[in-house]
Amino acid sequence: MTGSPTASAAALAQPVSTAPASAGAAAPAAGRPARHARRLLGFVVPAALALALEAAVAGGLYDGRLLPPPSAVLATLWELAAAGELFEHVAITLWRVGLGFLFGTLAGTVLGAVTGTFGLARALLDPMLQALRAIPSIAWVPLFILWFGIFETSKVTLIAVGVFFPVYLSTAAAILDVDRKLVEVGRIYRLSAFQLVRRVLLPATLPSYVVALRSGLGLGWMFVVAAEFMGASKGLGFLLTDGQMTGNPTIILASIVTFAVLGKITDGLLAGATRPFLRWQDSLGNSRR
Amino acid sequence: MLDITTLTKRYGNGTLALDTVSLSVAPGEILAIVGGSGCGKSTLLRLIAGLEAPSRGAVRLNGEPITAPRPEVGLVFQEPRLMPWLTIAENVAFGLAHLPKAGQKRLAGDALERVGIAAFAGAWPRELSGGMAQRAALARALVTRPEVLLLDEPFSALDAFTRHDLQDHLLELWGWYQPTMILVTHDIEEALFLADRVVVMQPRPGRVRTEVRPGLARPRERTGLDFQRLKQHLLKELDRSFQDADAGEATNPAAAI
Repeated sequence: MTGSPTASAAALAQPVSTAPASAGAAAPAAGRPARHARRLLGFVVPAALALALEAAVAGGLYDGRLLPPPSAVLATLWELAAAGELFEHVAITLWRVGLGFLFGTLAGTVLGAVTGTFGLARALLDPMLQALRAIPSIAWVPLFILWFGIFETSKVTLIAVGVFFPVYLSTAAAILDVDRKLVEVGRIYRLSAFQLVRRVLLPATLPSYVVALRSGLGLGWMFVVAAEFMGASKGLGFLLTDGQMTGNPTIILASIVTFAVLGKITDGLLAGATRPFLRWQDSLGNSRR
Repeated sequence: MLDITTLTKRYGNGTLALDTVSLSVAPGEILAIVGGSGCGKSTLLRLIAGLEAPSRGAVRLNGEPITAPRPEVGLVFQEPRLMPWLTIAENVAFGLAHLPKAGQKRLAGDALERVGIAAFAGAWPRELSGGMAQRAALARALVTRPEVLLLDEPFSALDAFTRHDLQDHLLELWGWYQPTMILVTHDIEEALFLADRVVVMQPRPGRVRTEVRPGLARPRERTGLDFQRLKQHLLKELDRSFQDADAGEATNPAAAI
């Protein structure tokens, strides 16, 4: 239980290079063992620190009250999971992030596509959206609570706002960046506006759009914490405040670990789901080590 | 039969890119258009392709004015302009979307065979060299067997060896079904090697200055005496066209605007 999420998270962190390795391609594997070794090096320092902490607590050098050892965090996670409590917190947090991501992505995609495509819409909307972007999103919290109450709506709205901006910006930029020369090829072959979108604009913008979705999702995870700070009775963010109120850093760390694992898994799923559409890309796999 | 009559193009900023150009191109003719930068040769090609509308005059294909891109007219650009997310075969079939998949595949395969890169049907564009990518672009333009093939400096970005190779290849492709070819180039040697007729254009404003029929037997020898003599003649004409354009501006500054 404790080993598998970390292992899968590590696999998802470097999905690009693990896939061809499993396909059994021997030829381009020259730099791969070295690369694997390099990746393992990244575990050395944190593992050593964790072991040192563990040993210090076990040996009675430190009481581990403010910084509990890994074993205590894992034990707490195990208890929470066994009681079914962890699952409840994870489920509601995932639900909030999912909804916020959905709405933020929809709004960001539609507005980004419109302002990226039409100069008039860009002139009308972009300055306003850029100004709104300058507001630290947490500053919306009091207003959202006034408008939408303290329950789900205000939380999901806050997350959606966080997801919206990166998706909006990248979508608009991606459309503006489409090679006009390829669009002209579309004109030569008499594509209708709809066909041009489907056969040229969409595939051309997909790589940056995927990056936009991933950074949007990352912000979604950031904002769910803020959202759950504002009066939630369930959720991983609630678990954080609960740990603080009851003076229990083990709970806080357990929640943080869960956030990290979930964030990594959802990002990996998103990257994995979109990878088949980006096989043609030059940079994929080369630039990301 | 392609007829260009009193074709004039003035851009929004006032530049007169093309001034009353008239040309007739016979079916199956290979016409080369040479001229320095700013002589309107690319504009002329874009008007024939239907990518831009004339300010005055018309381009007619078999009597019908061209106002928008048409399936009977294919265009190869200076860059291959392949869609990077499509395989080479899919790129070649780009203009065949109206056909069933099997038919697309067969036609694209035939065209790739013609241009000699059938082995790369499943490759991504990024995996091809410049010359092979341009062959793929030729296949994409020819796969529908257009009556007229327009080529906008198609080999100018290639190294000399690949360029000669593709020039030979273009003549071979012409032999496939003898389409009308209009080739815009700034390479006089290329024009003389390929064309039945070479039109020299002069800049500011873009006009037809003169035309030459090389009349040399094919395959033409680039180092032959007649070839070199014609090359000197065309070079001189091009030089003069620039001198005249400069002189015209000196005596009539308004023409420069």
